[in-house]
Amino acid sequence: MSLAEPHVISNIVVALLLAGAVAIFATARRSDLWRQAGRELIRRRPIAIVTITLFVCVALLDSVAWVGGGAGGGNALEQSRPRSVIDRMFAPDFKEKSYSAPLADVEFYGGADLTHPGSHLLGTDILGRDVLQLTLKGARVALLIGGLTSLIVIPLALLMGISAGYFGGRIDDIVFFVVSTLASIPTLLLLIALIMALGHGPVQVCVAMGVTGWVGFCRIVRGETFKLRELDYVQAARALGVSEVGIILRHILPNLMHLVVITFVLLFSGLVLSEAILSYLGIGINGSWGQMIDQARDELARDPIIWWNLVAASTALFALILSVNFVGDAVRDILDPKTLGERR
Amino acid sequence: MSAPVLRLVDVLTTFPAEGRRIPVVDRVSLEVDEGEVLALVGESGCGKSMTALSAMRLVPKPGRVESGHIQLCDRDVLGMSVNEMRAVRGRDAAMIFQEPMTSLNPVQTVGAQVVEAIRLHERASFDAARARTIELFDRVQIPDPEQRFDAYPHQLSGGLKQRVMIAMAVSMRPKLLIADEPSTALDVTIQAQILELLRELQRELGTAILLITHDLGVVNELADRIAVMYASRVIEQGDRVDVLASARHPYTEGLLRSVPSSARHGEALHEIAGVVPSPLEWPAGCRFSTRCHRMEDRCVEAVPASTPVGPGHTVDCFVVADEVAR
Repeated sequence: MSLAEPHVISNIVVALLLAGAVAIFATARRSDLWRQAGRELIRRRPIAIVTITLFVCVALLDSVAWVGGGAGGGNALEQSRPRSVIDRMFAPDFKEKSYSAPLADVEFYGGADLTHPGSHLLGTDILGRDVLQLTLKGARVALLIGGLTSLIVIPLALLMGISAGYFGGRIDDIVFFVVSTLASIPTLLLLIALIMALGHGPVQVCVAMGVTGWVGFCRIVRGETFKLRELDYVQAARALGVSEVGIILRHILPNLMHLVVITFVLLFSGLVLSEAILSYLGIGINGSWGQMIDQARDELARDPIIWWNLVAASTALFALILSVNFVGDAVRDILDPKTLGERR
Repeated sequence: MSAPVLRLVDVLTTFPAEGRRIPVVDRVSLEVDEGEVLALVGESGCGKSMTALSAMRLVPKPGRVESGHIQLCDRDVLGMSVNEMRAVRGRDAAMIFQEPMTSLNPVQTVGAQVVEAIRLHERASFDAARARTIELFDRVQIPDPEQRFDAYPHQLSGGLKQRVMIAMAVSMRPKLLIADEPSTALDVTIQAQILELLRELQRELGTAILLITHDLGVVNELADRIAVMYASRVIEQGDRVDVLASARHPYTEGLLRSVPSSARHGEALHEIAGVVPSPLEWPAGCRFSTRCHRMEDRCVEAVPASTPVGPGHTVDCFVVADEVAR
């Protein structure tokens, strides 16, 4: 088993992400401000937080995969394929030949007997795949889109925004030229062009969305840095002999963190929705809810109508986006100094 | 007598405006001796703060020190590299700012900020720096220094914040402390405490202080010597007693007469006629000539030179110079 295999990389990434999350959580816990904000968030949006946590758990379970271990089916090819925890919750050959309605005993067209009668909670799609399984697996793709793209967008925007705002002059000119140029190209066209150039893989799509998505946040960071640079404590740090890098790391960046949190949450839902649009255009990521919805388009025209595929994917997408937006709204209210008074 | 801690010679600092470079510090010369408190007095906008920032080479862009010579602890400020200058700041010369409310980083505990200041110039473990910080907090009379170490700025009052700033500034026992209106933003009772603390620290550590203020009461309390600035020039300089009791420059005279006092109770308060001209409309000669009641023709044409009127007491005024010569 080599380290370069996709499922091994995925396992490592999950481990790293978990470690990172624990580290961030531990750091934030030490700060009164963040601890208080977290408590307030849970108090205000308990259902949304639970929903998001569920999605994250499903995505994590789907990201941990290994080969073998009770993967029956007799088929050697199937046995050599890595299967995630979510996959293992379903029988290895949990497939039918074609459409079947939720909990049906027979096929939707023709009425032939199913291999697993009455056990497909959300029915099966055109290829006979279990819709519930597909929907659960879509959570991982959605979080990958939102998470990975944010990981590209936020550092990039911070780097560019802070250097432009803090150093000004030539650097500001260059950054602003890039920003204005990117902003003047229609986002969707640029996105399509980039995906055409880079390829259709999930990472490539995320990179493409990252490249087109950092401009807005960069502007905010630049403006905020401009303001922070002139503040007394930055001047005081300078008078104490702190270096430029030290000032940026210790005095500018920590004071931008509330913006990072707010932007991350709002960016996230926007990105998951953009992917749905890309899927509609046929350049989305395999296995995403967007793709499921896209495929379900034709099924709506059938008679009798095939609805479970569309409903499952849309509901999952809707639940995630709505929860993230609710949380984002609350985060903004909690962290925005202007609304701080309403809380106390 | 050892060399002065800070010596400015003909320092000219300018800012660009309307296509010209406008001087905000115009050929200012002054010295601060070891352990001495020099008060730099003047109205808002007369260039006091810019003089101090010039000394630390912290003049914000697009302003710059154009010419002159600045010597800080025997080192040439204008000739140093960026890194050398950074090592001097905070270690040899530290600054206290006017606004304690905004001079501390809101997202860091005050203790961490003082520790950072210490570890910037010294190899010290966090625990050692923490112990030093708590000692310093105790020294600047912050109650419960152990608990206050972990406090955030917003949990402290203005007076406490200013004490933290002072602790940070004296953490390296600098030879020179530049205090830019250290008590202006505080209420009167706290003001007196902060001034008293500065006085104590100055005696104890032998730190020289360049005190920037427009409050003559503060000057009287703290200063050994006084330099009066008007429209970016120093116009009178001397020992505190000489300047306060026998001011010679018409501007200083006017300034002192406009301080309310119980001796002249019931009289209308004196005011200097006119307003400070904007830097773009400065007269060619003496800058005070537009408001001076002793103005003569030559005042408009030429800039008066510093004339000694007593031991260590100089005045930049033609009329006073003539009086002294007679």
